[in-house]
Amino acid sequence: MAKIVTDVVCPFCGTLCDDLEVALSDDGKEILEVYNACAIGATKFLHSQASDRLTRPQKKQEDGSWKEVTYDEAADYTAKMLVDAKKPLMYGWSSTSCSAQGVGAEIGEEVGACMDNTATVCHGSTLIAVQDVGVPSATLGEIANRADRVVFWGCNPAHAHPRHMSRYSIFPRGFFTGKGSKSRQMIVVDPRNTDTAKMADVHLQLEQGHDYELLSAIRVAIRGEKLPDVVAGISKEQIYEVADTLKSGRFAVIFFGMGVTHSLGKNHNIDIAISVTRDLNDYTKAAIVPMRGHYNVTGSGQVWGWQFGFPFCLDLTRGFARYNPGDSSSNDLLVRDELDAVFVLGSDPGAHFPVRSVKKIAQLPSVCIDPHITPTSAVSKMHVPVAFVGVEVGGCAYRMDNVPIETKKVVEPPEGMLTDEEFLQLVLNRVRELKGAA
Amino acid sequence: MAKVILTPNQTPTLFLEAENITPDVFAGKDAAEIAALHGFVGKTTVTLGDYFTIEGAGGQTAADTTVVINGDVSRVKYIGMKMSAGELIVNGNADMYVGGWMTGGKITVNGDIEAFAGLGMTGGELIVNGNAGNYLGAAYRGDWRGMQGGEIRVSGNAGSDVGTFMRGGTIVVGGNIDVHVGTHMEGGTIIVKGDAKTRVGGQMVKGTIYVYGDIDVMMPGFQYRNDSDLEVDGDKGRFALYEGDMGERHPKKKGEVIYGQLYMKY
Repeated sequence: MAKIVTDVVCPFCGTLCDDLEVALSDDGKEILEVYNACAIGATKFLHSQASDRLTRPQKKQEDGSWKEVTYDEAADYTAKMLVDAKKPLMYGWSSTSCSAQGVGAEIGEEVGACMDNTATVCHGSTLIAVQDVGVPSATLGEIANRADRVVFWGCNPAHAHPRHMSRYSIFPRGFFTGKGSKSRQMIVVDPRNTDTAKMADVHLQLEQGHDYELLSAIRVAIRGEKLPDVVAGISKEQIYEVADTLKSGRFAVIFFGMGVTHSLGKNHNIDIAISVTRDLNDYTKAAIVPMRGHYNVTGSGQVWGWQFGFPFCLDLTRGFARYNPGDSSSNDLLVRDELDAVFVLGSDPGAHFPVRSVKKIAQLPSVCIDPHITPTSAVSKMHVPVAFVGVEVGGCAYRMDNVPIETKKVVEPPEGMLTDEEFLQLVLNRVRELKGAA
Repeated sequence: MAKVILTPNQTPTLFLEAENITPDVFAGKDAAEIAALHGFVGKTTVTLGDYFTIEGAGGQTAADTTVVINGDVSRVKYIGMKMSAGELIVNGNADMYVGGWMTGGKITVNGDIEAFAGLGMTGGELIVNGNAGNYLGAAYRGDWRGMQGGEIRVSGNAGSDVGTFMRGGTIVVGGNIDVHVGTHMEGGTIIVKGDAKTRVGGQMVKGTIYVYGDIDVMMPGFQYRNDSDLEVDGDKGRFALYEGDMGERHPKKKGEVIYGQLYMKY
């Protein structure tokens, strides 16, 4: 009979579902089934069981082939690369625990690195907007219990955060939302007719790239001012109607994603969406929550926030933290040839960055720390596989609403494999030795 | 007026951060002392002498010091940052933060500059005989005070986010401008002599924007008021006045609500 582990936290997306159940083999060594998870989350657990999984670091040879090395050799190579570089980039940090991020921050400070997380190509623009205008927010629990006007703007949780709507935003029967989805008005703003849009009470199918104008129009409508006949392809009647729907609710919430954070205007789109939320608070209660992607990208912003004062795009080269996305953001640094080494942990820029940035990674000394073989590991000079956080080792992660949740260890990692925190500690010790401070 | 001439003798492999290149720092120093001033390449500390041949000497004060850079400094950041007086001439392209937080004096760049020039500047003149990048005269991240005084003149085109959170001073762009002009503007004047794209004056509270050419998409929060004949920066013409952004908060003065003003030339 299979052994069932309950209350497992899913280390995939920012929804951080904490109700998974995992069936293990009798000896407790193998994961057989994952219950309650979405298809993506279940696959992450089962993928850790792959028989062809890489279990030791490997170094790329002159001829392009890979040679197995020990963790100590890999740590030595990584430490030397970071110490020798004038301006190394330490990127990623979103698919690992807060304690590993903390050790990474210590290394970054020792070697004077530029540090950036996946927010730089994701919700970094949200962080910039929050610095500019603040943010009225709420936890997902509060939203599940109270929100009766739910807006999804430029995001598609049906596919990207599959259990978001069932756990928090649309279907749960909460304290003040006893009729589940019937107690809520769902508004989706998206130029595409997505599966989320198909579920909506109102779908505003705006012209692509005009979110800023439409958000501005909603602000004008909330104040009862005149509007042009059509804004962003949406009629003014419909805009006034949506503004009234939002104002008449007891609790409105706006969820937003890549459709606004990385289309034209970026931080300005979020800035004005936050302003809409602020305006709504003159009439009712309103909150805004970003649909964060990686399960602990929020945590990486938290850790750096309390360590350095800035959530991403850190430049520690002078020994103190400087910050200016556009200058210290990883893609700008790569494309402008500002770096001489690249270290990646818990992210896959090879798949997510523009190809001209990836080409630079391929040309520079580079280390990739990732359980999987990825496009990034393929272009790196050293690949260090580590245990899966949330599957083979526990650790703290922050949900998209900034709630910290401790993930759970379900099975042992393959024999002799290190966790990323253990490997980072090896690198940190070696860095200190090289700098003569140990 | 004492003159210091800097001639680049090598291109930095990464980027040189040289906030010491200002009349304020050069004042009272001879060529050798200026050559010994530090800069940064990544985490290494270098001297200006490593990257420039230096001739002449600084004057008694910043006000009687002129700094001339003869050559391309497109891989050098922070030129003229926080300068308060004197003159700085760049005969070539320059990188980011030219004249950032400057309070006085005059910078002339005979070439193109990159982003964040004139960031949060409070006084002085920044003349660019070429194109400018993004965030010209804007605010630093999270700051609600963009450009507060002085003048920026760009003969060519400018990038996006010009004059974000601007509170005073004047920005004149001779050519075209990218998206987001005067976002969150609370004062000052922006004159665009070419075309603008979209998002002109979004979330604008106060201040004035003139656009001579076209605007691709007008912000929905602007309302037409009237036509008038005006002389703007020496150019006479008939302008249509729009006020907004109606979605934003606006202060009252003598019982009247003050809006941001957007003039479009016929």
